Amino acid sequence: MSENVTFHFDVDGENFSSAGEASVLVKKKLRQLGISPEIIRRVSIAMYEGEINMVIHAEGGSADVTVTDKEVAIVLSDRGPGIPDVSLAMQEGYSTARDNIRALGFGAGMGLPNMKKYTDSMEIETKLGVGTTITMKVKLS
Amino acid sequence: MSKFNVLLEELDLTLISGTTPEEFEGVYAGDLLSRAMSRVEEGNIWITIMSNVNVIAVASLTEVAAVILAEGVRLPDDVKAAAEEKGISVYSSDMTAYELCAKISSLS
Ligand SMILES: Nc1ncnc2c1ncn2[C@@H]1O[C@H](COP(=O)(O)OP(=O)(O)OP(=O)(O)O)[C@@H](O)[C@H]1O
Ligand SMILES: [Mg+2]
Repeated sequence: MSENVTFHFDVDGENFSSAGEASVLVKKKLRQLGISPEIIRRVSIAMYEGEINMVIHAEGGSADVTVTDKEVAIVLSDRGPGIPDVSLAMQEGYSTARDNIRALGFGAGMGLPNMKKYTDSMEIETKLGVGTTITMKVKLS
Repeated sequence: MSKFNVLLEELDLTLISGTTPEEFEGVYAGDLLSRAMSRVEEGNIWITIMSNVNVIAVASLTEVAAVILAEGVRLPDDVKAAAEEKGISVYSSDMTAYELCAKISSLS
């Protein structure tokens, strides 16, 4: 690939039924670009978890995906409440999801751990009352 | 790979959306979406009692062979429409997740 490819998505915070749409689209695009199935799987998992977190914890946000010849970079940005204690939030099993959200199958407290596990790097910038930006990278080789 | 159609009668499956897959490989049973997201592998059967639209997103991203809804769970119409649109094969069975797993294990 000689040129970088970028995708931008607005992630609707109201709408649970479209949650996951951006991830499904990115997956399709990566496949068209000929990215390997294993990389696509890792990007899909990380992006899906980040997308869902913006929907259930931050009333939506935006996702920007950049594909270069070296990596796939995913930037998820929201103006939600922010994360008070990032290292606590990163622990497997930690979740503040309310009962109505848990009834849908969310709230295992595995989203952020999955994002870390399936990417090569992950950075969280967050400020209470301002929002959260998560940058994840998956190397192509 | 195991043939899917041997399961149809033994598991008392009712097709709710999509078409009957040729084959499957392995099974994951569980309802928590972020666990399923990382554990379900391409070509798996995913057994769950969850029936909201997020199940369809996870099934699509993980590329399951089929979703089997246990304990007689059905899909609401809007979720069924999403499943059809994404081409996800969803079945319902009156058996429990345990019974389904045990049966599939004995047949494959
Ligand atoms: N974008 C975000 N804005 C604000 N808080 C967040 C955000 N993402 C995660 N959190 C906080 O971090 C916690 C842990 O997130 P994580 O994704 O690991 O689990 P979960 O979303 O609660 O459950 P699961 O992802 O397993 O369905 C959340 O419960 C929430 O309190
Ligand atoms: Mg989450």
